[in-house]
Amino acid sequence: MIVVENLSKHFGSKHAVDQVSFQILDNEIVGILGLNGAGKSTILKMLGTFLLPSSGKAMVAGYSVIDNPDEVRRNIGYLPDLPPLYNEMTVVPYLKFVARLKDVPVNKVLSYVDEAIEKTNLSEAVGVKLGALSHGFRQRVGIASALVHKPKVLILDEPINGLDPVQIVGMRDLVIGLKSDHTVILSSHILSEITKTCDRILIIDKGTLVAEGSEQELARGIGQNMKLTCEVDNLSDNLRNALDEIPEIKTIDVMGPPNARARLVLETTADVRSKVAGAVVHSGTDLLSFTSENAGLESLFMKLVGTDHQKGDLSE
Amino acid sequence: MSKSLLIARRELSSFFSTWTGYIIIAVALIIEGLLFNAFAIGSTPKYSADVLADFFYFASGISIVAGLFLAMRLVAEEKQTGTIVLFNTSPITERQLIYGKFISAVLFTVIFLLMTMYMPALIFVNGKVSLGHLSSGYLMLLLIGASAIAITLFASTIAPNQLIAGILGAFLIVSFLVLWIVSDVVDDPFKKLFTYLALHNMHFNPFAKGIVHTRDIIYYFSVSFFFLECSVRALEARRWRG
Repeated sequence: MIVVENLSKHFGSKHAVDQVSFQILDNEIVGILGLNGAGKSTILKMLGTFLLPSSGKAMVAGYSVIDNPDEVRRNIGYLPDLPPLYNEMTVVPYLKFVARLKDVPVNKVLSYVDEAIEKTNLSEAVGVKLGALSHGFRQRVGIASALVHKPKVLILDEPINGLDPVQIVGMRDLVIGLKSDHTVILSSHILSEITKTCDRILIIDKGTLVAEGSEQELARGIGQNMKLTCEVDNLSDNLRNALDEIPEIKTIDVMGPPNARARLVLETTADVRSKVAGAVVHSGTDLLSFTSENAGLESLFMKLVGTDHQKGDLSE
Repeated sequence: MSKSLLIARRELSSFFSTWTGYIIIAVALIIEGLLFNAFAIGSTPKYSADVLADFFYFASGISIVAGLFLAMRLVAEEKQTGTIVLFNTSPITERQLIYGKFISAVLFTVIFLLMTMYMPALIFVNGKVSLGHLSSGYLMLLLIGASAIAITLFASTIAPNQLIAGILGAFLIVSFLVLWIVSDVVDDPFKKLFTYLALHNMHFNPFAKGIVHTRDIIYYFSVSFFFLECSVRALEARRWRG
């Protein structure tokens, strides 16, 4: 659906994007991850046809962003970091205007608008002026405007920027729900969100693509550790010994006294969840909770984007 | 063309769904009414045709200033609020966008001019003026207003915000207005050139007296077209600059 080859954009002597290549398949959700100023938005602007590349090529839905921008525009929905809303308008007239702008036939405008409102759960905001809507609803209207003409590709630039935790969950569900009908490419500098929403991640640093793949592929590629956390009712020596025998476990941090309720944080070099679960069961210990996370992805990201950004804003 | 009309319709409705349109019309009507009363009618007896010519003289200034206030926001506001992205990612050309914006402001000017018609109507009722004189005067007001809109629209396209667009637009308009004064202190061929390029003097006076020259209509159309096309080019260049 999207093919990018050696795409570059230079502003004077500054290389905002440098020789980036990637492909995105139909109905994939792909996230572009990078620190602020890494070049994420510049890539999306070029795919959105409102910034011309300095060199390289980009095809969206089979059309070149340089040679056939109008065809590309018919096939994309673009949501910038600030949704392009007219504060004095209400939802329906605004979406009708956008639909007409995007070449939706006059007799289909109303049904397309209704569908966009339904998809983005905007029915309760229909009569409110856009300027009076909360940030979360404004983002939803922005997404509705991006998909009102039923484009094949949705380009979302920092869609969760400025949202509160509840709105972030809502936005995540909304984006995941769009996957059945659209190919989605979105950008973010928030690692945790992009891993929860996207099938694949492109990591951009200083305008270049430094890694791509699924969360697992990225973690595997660099031999990243997995972090397992077990909460047990009665930490026995049996369990400690059983865990010590699992070679993939690098470190065991115990929080809590022996023979009492305790939390074990295990850092592993591979996915050994079944082995750990087995060890707990065989030791006769009561398991209260068991969670796993690829904690290493954050350090992977820091490693990929270099040490200059160690104090970056990933922790948001 | 339909996209331009779509944009014009939305823009025109936005003039009236915010205070912008009402404030511009109210202030312009009050000032124009005061000038009409104080200077056009005045305290000394005049021929109706002279009263009408004086009215058009003052009204032309109001049309120019109203055009400036109408157009300074047209593109600059879209850039400031980020709504320009909507057009940049839709299948429309920069020309359709610029002409749509221009049409909306010109239509607004037409509405405003219709509201001023009670003043010449008073002369018409109480004196003796020809419909031809009225028509030519209003045609001039529309043409000079449209030129001011096109000039400021260009300023709005290249300026980063409305304030700078207003200042730049005012500078360009004043420059075009004072060219006829400059023409007095230079020799030919600049004298002829500046006299011809001046926005008001040579091209305005015949209209105000009820005389319509094709060359004057062509001049005002040319000014509008030139600045509209400059605006189109400036917007197209944004795709390179970002």
